[in-house]
Amino acid sequence: MSNTEPLYVLRGLSKQYSRGKETIPIFSGLDMEIAHGEFIAIMGPSGSGKTTLLNQLGGIDSPTTGEVTFDGKRIDNLGQGALAKWRSDNVGFIFQFYNLMPTLTAAQNVELPLLLSPVKGSERKKRVATALEIVGIGDRAKHYPRQLSGGQQQRVAIARAIVADPKVLLCDEPTGDLDRTSADEVLEMLQLLNTKMGKTIIMVTHDPAAAKYAKTELFLDKGKFIKRGGKK
Amino acid sequence: MNDFTLVLKNLFRKKLRAILLLFSILSAFLIFGALGSFYKVFTAGVEVAAADRLIAVNKINFTVSLPLAYVNRVRSIEGVRNASHASWFGGYYQDPRKQVQTFAIEADTYLEAYSELVMPDEQRKAFMETRDCLLTGADLVDQYGWKLGDTVPINSNIWQKRDGSSVWEFTICAIFDGDKETVPANYLMFHYDYYNEDLAFNRDQAGWIILNSANPAMNDDISKQIDALFANSRAETKTSTESAFNKAFLKQMGNIGLILSSVIGAAFATILMIVGTTMVMAVSERTKEIAVMKTLGFRTGRIFRMVLSESLLLALLGGLIGLGIAWALVDLAIGPALAGFLPGMGMTADVALIAIGLMLALGLITGILPALKAMNVTIVDALSKN
Repeated sequence: MSNTEPLYVLRGLSKQYSRGKETIPIFSGLDMEIAHGEFIAIMGPSGSGKTTLLNQLGGIDSPTTGEVTFDGKRIDNLGQGALAKWRSDNVGFIFQFYNLMPTLTAAQNVELPLLLSPVKGSERKKRVATALEIVGIGDRAKHYPRQLSGGQQQRVAIARAIVADPKVLLCDEPTGDLDRTSADEVLEMLQLLNTKMGKTIIMVTHDPAAAKYAKTELFLDKGKFIKRGGKK
Repeated sequence: MNDFTLVLKNLFRKKLRAILLLFSILSAFLIFGALGSFYKVFTAGVEVAAADRLIAVNKINFTVSLPLAYVNRVRSIEGVRNASHASWFGGYYQDPRKQVQTFAIEADTYLEAYSELVMPDEQRKAFMETRDCLLTGADLVDQYGWKLGDTVPINSNIWQKRDGSSVWEFTICAIFDGDKETVPANYLMFHYDYYNEDLAFNRDQAGWIILNSANPAMNDDISKQIDALFANSRAETKTSTESAFNKAFLKQMGNIGLILSSVIGAAFATILMIVGTTMVMAVSERTKEIAVMKTLGFRTGRIFRMVLSESLLLALLGGLIGLGIAWALVDLAIGPALAGFLPGMGMTADVALIAIGLMLALGLITGILPALKAMNVTIVDALSKN
């Protein structure tokens, strides 16, 4: 698949939840294309469907109707096992609350996705060290999450997201739990990963200042993109 | 790092909880190992019973004697290869509290019937030729520090001599042992005639008759013939295989198997509930971490295996330590201390194997529910619970 083709193609995407007899639509008929190397910030009020959309893109939730194509291959119709493999090969996730394993050191947390790959022990160690160096906390490799600040924990989470060299990073409010300085550092890092390492980044955020780091800003409300902005 | 590292890290994430759980499991297997070994040695008589050996006792009760003349009549039954007899002496050494199992036997036929009792040839010859010889079990020699040539007075708490005394004096001229560890060697035997000729009462009576069949297939037929022969007499008999006799004897002392199984069962049921509940709680506490692992690409089957491995590891770790302590207690402390009463006490391979089987069962039973719970964690639901 050439890089001129979009990385993601969403066609007629709908998602609705059932609560008893009631059906709650999140979005419907959503069409969208995301190019390789994009850095998109998705903004919108609470309940607008930002995270739900991100979940569809990450293959951790399936659409009610519609198609999600990634790199020319449909992922919305894959089984759980195939989706798990697809995620480990292609997607890095960054969460608001870091979601690190409290019983593992920073290095072990970063190593976790590599347990799903055929990469051998010594090579794994090198990759972990490189990932930690990239995010600037190589000296905290043996620290446990509880021994790190919020910003440092999010850097570990970013290292974990990039260590397996995924094509896309999906970030759900990555700076939502950080102070401004730490948030800016994290966002600069994401920007760097996008510009220097060519990672496609899709970020959900409430924070307009965070969205400014993206190339494209999308505003989602009541299940529809109502505004598109940004540098691109 | 590998999956085992993750299993270990999760198991010991709360050290105090893990240690308490290990201690609970350890206690259950300590009880199992010790009581299981005790039960094995206690029922060893059933296991060492020879297939061709039968016992005829008084139908009323095995403590009621049979006329000595019965022995010769039994010998005449077709299929009986050898017949002997023995009588309970009710012996003690020096002090009534030092009870010693002591039997008056018909020496040559008895030793033929119990070929698993071994001793040097010259001692066997000495026993056969010496009226007051005490054939002494090797365990008692160790216990009382006796040696060949010692004169030993043995009191009876049942029988009296015609002179009013209840002490028979013996000389130790032979020491026997079992040809296997499980064969008891903790009792005394002496010549029936030496005791019978001095008895004040109950002379020419035998406690029970031991016989060997020519072929174990004939056991049932021989038993029926013996019991029919003495039917409607003053002393009717009840004949059974030695194994059945030993089982019935144990049963008279109480259903030890049931008591032990109840104790062990109660311990295991409690542990099962404690460990099962704690494992379910432990997995619930890390629902989000499991969701993150799934998000990263860990498949449900792998997560299932990891949680199940955790409970298996817990059960094996606690169980093996408990079994190890039980082994040390039984083989190194209790066994030697009770050698006189329960010879050959030690943890047998089958007790250890059953224990390992129970550990695996415990691990699987307590792990299956949390493993299924972990497997069914929904990523979106778990991650949305911030």
